[in-house]
Amino acid sequence: MRSFWSIALATLAKDIRLEWRSKDALNAMLFFSLLVVVIFVFSFDPLAEESRHIVGGLVWVAFLFAAVVALNQTWARELRNQVLDAYRVSPAPGNALFLAKVLGNFIMVSLLEALMAPLFVIFYNLRVLGPAWQLIPVALLGTWALVVNGTFFAAMSLRTRSRELMLPLLLFPVSIPAVLGMVAGTTSILTGENPAHFYIVLLLTYDVVFTTACLALFETVLQAE
Amino acid sequence: MKKAFPILAVLTALFLAYAFYQAMFVAPTDALQGDVYRIIYYHVPSAWTAFLLFFINFIASVQYLANAKPSTQRAANWIVIAVGIIGAMVPFVPQVRQWLNTIGMYPSSAATTALMIPAVYFLIGKYFRGQNLDVLAVTAAEVGVVFCTIVLITGPIWARPVWGIWWAPGDIRLTSTLVLWLIYVSYLVLRRFSDSAQTQKLAAVLAVFGALDVPLVYFSIWFFRTQHPQPVIGGGGSIDPRMLHVLLISWMAFLCFAFLVCWSRFRLEKLLRDVEEAEALESLLEPGGSTARTSKADVSLSSGPK
Repeated sequence: MRSFWSIALATLAKDIRLEWRSKDALNAMLFFSLLVVVIFVFSFDPLAEESRHIVGGLVWVAFLFAAVVALNQTWARELRNQVLDAYRVSPAPGNALFLAKVLGNFIMVSLLEALMAPLFVIFYNLRVLGPAWQLIPVALLGTWALVVNGTFFAAMSLRTRSRELMLPLLLFPVSIPAVLGMVAGTTSILTGENPAHFYIVLLLTYDVVFTTACLALFETVLQAE
Repeated sequence: MKKAFPILAVLTALFLAYAFYQAMFVAPTDALQGDVYRIIYYHVPSAWTAFLLFFINFIASVQYLANAKPSTQRAANWIVIAVGIIGAMVPFVPQVRQWLNTIGMYPSSAATTALMIPAVYFLIGKYFRGQNLDVLAVTAAEVGVVFCTIVLITGPIWARPVWGIWWAPGDIRLTSTLVLWLIYVSYLVLRRFSDSAQTQKLAAVLAVFGALDVPLVYFSIWFFRTQHPQPVIGGGGSIDPRMLHVLLISWMAFLCFAFLVCWSRFRLEKLLRDVEEAEALESLLEPGGSTARTSKADVSLSSGPK
């Protein structure tokens, strides 16, 4: 068990170090979601009251698109010089690699959200009417839901033609309940009209079900021949 | 077997014509909706057929994944039996029963669905093995998407005059069906875009993910007010027995039709794979063909930077 986590942490540390030195994916994601935010600001010019009802959707659509940019880069690094093939023949457990990649993406996307959320507050003059602390579990669970399936489907689309096109086509249909949970949860917290507990439970269930499924099936996808 | 196909085709055509006659002329006109309601004789049977086919796709995919190793197969067998037994009993626990009622499901239908899982699993496992499981999965998915498309087209046609709107975004059955359709379209896209060697496993994995998604989609929308008429079969709904009779005839005709289409699609897919296999074998035996073969294998192994 110790070797499992040491492999996962070593892979994670390697990814973070590489990302820290180049900052390619993070910069691309940040600029991309900034562009999405600006385009939304031009497209919708709502009153403060209206904006509470629509910002939940806008925020998560922006993050969803930005996350796809990051997820597409996940495995690209491992394909160069056949690193992934080397990993497949090594006795290291596939799930350690998978968890490391998921954690890496989770950190990246969470960082992006922390940096972009203030922009939405500024552009849309938001004032939260519900219990604001509940936004944190919604954001964390929602991000995990996107990232765990996204990393898995990115690994799946490695084996397809035009793989960068494939990822959103596979990820979005399966993510619909999670996206609904995030959007409706955020909206109900912003407006303070409904309690958000149901959505937090929904996201938690989604995370547990799909994390289990990913861990159970990742070895099959990694070794698919 | 080949001789049975045209006979079955003719019988199905007659059956469909009979169902059409029953639906259009024999079934009584609805007191509130008028003749518009008659579209349910196409809408509802298509929906049931589509769900059945998606269910078959899911079971075949699980069987395909479980067949990889004897140990996983044994584990899968026990898991499926456990799911059937637990799933058949849990809906009758009072709390669960109450909760199922609030989301518009009947304990008996939930239990029947749970019992269907082991039944269909072992039935498919008995008659289909190895590659055939994958052929069955792709057949069921393709034909299922066609029937699901019919459902999604006939639904709004009916909804416009009766509800006054084409589509109810917050409705549980509409949205679940749409998401189900999206998942299976992405399944077919994956199959189209993937290289032949790995397609089958990846597609089976995606089918499992899709099946896990369906209950979550259902629960995520359950508390919205549901516009869709409650199910009229197997519960508290009220339907004229003559209408029910026609509906069941219509469903039987649709099932025959689906079976016919699946049969010919299954044979076509088998034939395609046989041809592919023969061509691969031929290129191996040809002088100079073996080098072409290895270079192709190299490309698929080292899917390096683009």
